[in-house]
Parts: sequence; structure tokens; C-alpha cells
Amino acid sequence: MAATTRSDTRPATSDLAASVGLVDADLVEMYRYVALARALDERMWILNRAGRIPFVISGQGHEGAQVGIAWPFQRGHDWIAPFYRSIATCLTFGMSPRDILTAQYATATDPSSGGRQMPGHYGSRQHNLVSVSSPVATQLLHAVGIALAAKIRRTGQVAMTSMGEGSSNQGDVHEGLNFAAIHKLPFVFVVENNGYAISVPAARQVSVPNVADRASGYGIPGIVVDGVDVLACYVAARDAVARARAGQGPTLIEAKVTRLTGHSSDDQQTKYRSAEELEAELKRDALPAFRAQLIEAEILTEAIEASIAAKIAADVEDATDYAESQPDPDPATALHHVYAGDAGDGPDVAPDADSATETSD
Amino acid sequence: MPTRTFIDAIRETLATEMRRDESIIVLGEDVGKKGGVFLATDGLWAEFGDERVIDTPLSESMIVGASIGAAVNGLRPVAEIQFADFIFPAFNQIVSEAARIRYRSNDGYGVPMTIRAPYGGGVHGALYHSQSVEAFFTHVPGLKVVVPSTPYDARGLLRSSIRDEDPVLFFEHKKMYRSVRGDVPDTDYVVPLGKAAITHPGSQVTVIAYGLMAHYALEAADRVGEDGISVEVVDLRTLRPLDTETVLESVRKTGKCLIVYEDNKFGGYGAEVAAIVAEEAFDYLDGPVTRIAGPEVPGVPYNHALEEWFMVSPEKIADGIRALAAY
Repeated sequence: MAATTRSDTRPATSDLAASVGLVDADLVEMYRYVALARALDERMWILNRAGRIPFVISGQGHEGAQVGIAWPFQRGHDWIAPFYRSIATCLTFGMSPRDILTAQYATATDPSSGGRQMPGHYGSRQHNLVSVSSPVATQLLHAVGIALAAKIRRTGQVAMTSMGEGSSNQGDVHEGLNFAAIHKLPFVFVVENNGYAISVPAARQVSVPNVADRASGYGIPGIVVDGVDVLACYVAARDAVARARAGQGPTLIEAKVTRLTGHSSDDQQTKYRSAEELEAELKRDALPAFRAQLIEAEILTEAIEASIAAKIAADVEDATDYAESQPDPDPATALHHVYAGDAGDGPDVAPDADSATETSD
Repeated sequence: MPTRTFIDAIRETLATEMRRDESIIVLGEDVGKKGGVFLATDGLWAEFGDERVIDTPLSESMIVGASIGAAVNGLRPVAEIQFADFIFPAFNQIVSEAARIRYRSNDGYGVPMTIRAPYGGGVHGALYHSQSVEAFFTHVPGLKVVVPSTPYDARGLLRSSIRDEDPVLFFEHKKMYRSVRGDVPDTDYVVPLGKAAITHPGSQVTVIAYGLMAHYALEAADRVGEDGISVEVVDLRTLRPLDTETVLESVRKTGKCLIVYEDNKFGGYGAEVAAIVAEEAFDYLDGPVTRIAGPEVPGVPYNHALEEWFMVSPEKIADGIRALAAY
């Protein structure tokens, strides 16, 4: 997805972009995705507090790592099995703001599930994004199986999954990493460590300093990366994708991120996190950090930033209006798609043609 | 027509299906060089190689979870769980994932995957090599559950299962692997999922069974036939979806219904059949819907005398038929 493929003349390449093998336009686009994900996420909370949507599960604090890590994966070719904080991952991999907000409203046209799943349970057949399940870590095995099929079918695809440090303790993670490592599958395991599994801190979840330390038990690289540093996340993922595509097997990437919100709209994190801690965490937000980095490198000019902000504002308004206007699923369709062909193929109400593609670009 | 054992029918069907469709892979514990602990996959590794016949680590959740992913990305996995008793580490993957992915993605994704597992007692397998686990899975919409009783059905139903677009659990009674033989044509026939078979027509009592119990029901029908009791045996073959029509037609004809299953009685699969018969055929019943099933212990005990006490037998079924016929 590098912008070099989209540019018609020699693209501008600052030292910063060149240091990671990208061009300035890539960095601007990455920033746009980080900011777009945040803006959509903030809109979700407003809609929740306004009584428009009953539940929010948030990705705030994870966006920089998600965009950086998703960037080197090839859209429409590689595979991602996301989890419920993966808003920025799903946007980067091709889902649109409308796709994200129809999932919050659980409309008939929600491409993730047609209103069957809770908000945040994204998925898209069109974009090779596997349907999210609430019991996180189950999807690691699906990504491993996708990678197995990619290897057997020689498709050249790489499969990635992401989850928090809490769910990384599930047995499925061990079973899947072991198998993926034995067969050197084209697989990347991403842990977005935000320090909390709902209310329980990482020190009570993981017996070693880093989840990535466990990689050595499988004989695979375990990389710890600062989730505030979008480009460091990109480089870690780029290298992992290259290893996977070269047949050298899986990589575990642990991005240290922060969770700027409660676990969900039903959680009050001030009950178990101090005001000082929460204040300090604000400094670990990749959005302002990445913005400052791009301004410093003179990549993000005032004009570009204004243009991005306008575009994001328009996208969020459009997605909100669209989602508000969409019908609820008809209970007469609730028995459909328990089995193949029990109600024809595909969703009962297809999304509008223009919502299936990204509104930007 | 060639005669085959139950397990030969299964093994040859796996081989012919793999020759027909190169997207089929087989994975499980010891399924490769060894050919499976019962030899159900014997010869597949030699013919199809490491990539399509995969010896997995002892990780049942992975066997099923990776099969789900492989199915999502264009393969048609046939997973073997070495004994049905060992399926529980994969329960979450089967029930929360495989069964729900089509529904929760609004038909975005499906999981064309078959899980084969030997089940059942009477082979000195004790608590962890004898269980009947079907009731845990027949409860779940999104799954299909198949229990063949003859080599002919094993071949035809396994073909249907592998070619199906949804997850199928295919339970094989291990006592039947080498003790049951039957005619199996070499043609590419299928037995459709969801169709029961009347294996012994009769007029006075309907006996509904599946797997090994379908054989014992036939033996029992012969025994009570000597006493002048005419029994109709329905072999369900597929437990989900259930062929309700064939069951109800038979009960409406006979007015008496006995359901036989090897699992312990309480909450077992036969309870659902009994409920459907009571709901749908009440006006035709000339006696209580009854069940012959295993006792309420949490597993099949090992010692021969204890195992015999546990197992449903043709004699126990015949006694049940006589009691119901006399009602």
C-alpha cells in the first residue's frame, strides 16, 4: 500500500520517511488513519452518552500501533484476524468509516455482521478481515490456519492477528504459536499491551516483563516496540512480514500501548487506576506524538493538516448520518445464515455500493 | 458388490475424496506415518504427503481452530480427534467459533470442515476412551452431527460431510470399525445429511437408534420378533439436522416409541427425540415415549463386569420393547 505505487512523479521523501523506507505521502496517510480512527472512536462515545448506541468498546490509545503494524500488510491479499479494539487496523485494511459506524448501530447493512454482533466486532469478507469473536484469542488459531492454507496453496499471503496482553494468556495462544513455529507458517502475532485486562494489571497477568519474552519458548523472534512510535511499529511489522513471506516463520510483536478509556462504556476505570496514572498515560498517546513528529520533520504542514481535519470531520459526519439512516435488521431474517444456502447467499440487505469502499482516497 | 469393514469404508473414502479434491487436507494426532491409532488414515500420508496429511501436536483446540482458519482460506480440512473423549479442549472452537462464524458474519464466512472422532464404549476403553459426546454438539445450531452405522452409510455420509459447506461432526463407533462389514459400491454415491433410514420395517413398536445402538436395535427386533412383536427400527444416521418426518411417520404408524442411546440417559440426545415425538405425535401414542440409555455415571468404568453393567445391550433393548409392547 506504499504511496510510491500511487504517485505519478518522484514522491517527496524526507529523511524521516527515508529512514523507514517510505515516502512522505505514506506518513501523511498513516497519520490520517490514526486521526480518523480517533475521531470515529470519540464520536462513538458521544453517540453512546447521547443514548443513540448502547455500547462502545474503544481503541483509543492503540491507534498508532495499529496503523503502523497494519501498514506493511497487503490489502485484499494478506489476512488479519482482528479483535474488538482494532478500529484503526480495520480502517487501514480497507473498512470505511460507514462500515465502522453501522457496526455501532447494528444496522441491517452493517457489513461486519448485519447487526448480529455487539459493536466492535468487525469483520469483512471483502477485505480479508476475519469476523471478531468476543472470547479473544480464539482468532489466533484461525489466523494460524489461514497461514497454513496460504502455505499449502502457495498464495504468498501472510496472516496476522492482534489481541491484548490479557488474552495472550489463553491456551489457544500457546497451541497456535507452537504449531505455527513448527511449520514456519507465514504468521505475525501482535500483542497490543495496554497494561490492563479490564481491571487487572499486566503484572497479575503475565509472569515475565514482556509477553514477547515468551517467543523464545517457540524459537521465534519476540520484538518489543513502543506503541507510541508509529514508525517503529511499522518497521517491526515490515520486518515480520518480510520474514513470513520469505518462509522464515512467525514473529511475535508486542507493542506497548495505552488504554485511554475504560475497558468499555460499561466500565469506570477510575475505580482501579489512580488519577496520577491516568494523567501520565496521556503522554503515551501516539496521536499527538506522531503529529509532533511529522510537524517537526516538516511533513505535516498546516495546509495538509487542515485538509486532513476537514476530510475526517466530513467522513465522521457522513458515517454518522449514514448509520443513523440505516434500517434495523428484520426479525424475519434472524433465522438466516445458520447454514449455507438456507436463505440464499450473502447478506439479506446489502450495504450501499459506495459504503463498501473507503470514502477517502 | 464389494464387502468392506466400517473402517475400510472410511479410509478409502478419505483417499478417494482427497484424490478428487486437492483442497482437502487431513490433520490430527498420529494421522500421518502411523495412519491413526485405529488406522483410519492409513496410507494417506504415503499417497498425499506431509502437506496434506499433517501430524499435529497434542493440541485439540489448535486442530479445530486451525482447521477453521484453513477452511476460511480455501481448504477443506478433515480433522481427526483421536478419541471423542479428547474433544473438549476444542469445545470452544467448535461451539463458539465454527458453529457461529457464518451466522455472526451474516454469511460473510463459512467453515467447510469435517471433524471425525471415534466414540463409544464396549471396548475396554474406560472413562476416557468410551464416551458418547454427541449431545454436547447436537444442541448447537450451526453444527451438523452425523453418526453412521454401516459401511455403506459411512462412505456416503462422509462424502456428504466433506462436501458440505458447514462444520460437520462425524462420530464413528470404534467397536464397529472391524466388527461391522457390509456392501459398499465403488460408485461415487452420497447419502444426504438429515435423512434417517428404516432398517427394519414393522408395525407395533418404533425403535429409534443410531451408531452401534442401531445394530443392537436390529438384534433386539429379531429377538422380540420371535415372540410375535413387530418392530420398526429407525436408524437416524444424522442427528442434526434430525429427520423429524421419518421419525414421526413411523411413530404415527406404530403408536409406540422407544429411543435407544448409549450415552447416559439424563439430557442425552434421545431426550430431544422423545420431546419431539411427545409434542408432534401425542394423538397417535398408545403408550409412554420411553428410553433405554446408559446409567447416570460420569464415564464408562473399566472392569469388564462394570462395563457390561454400563453398556446398553440387545437384551436390555428387547426387554424395553417387550415392556412397551405390553403397555
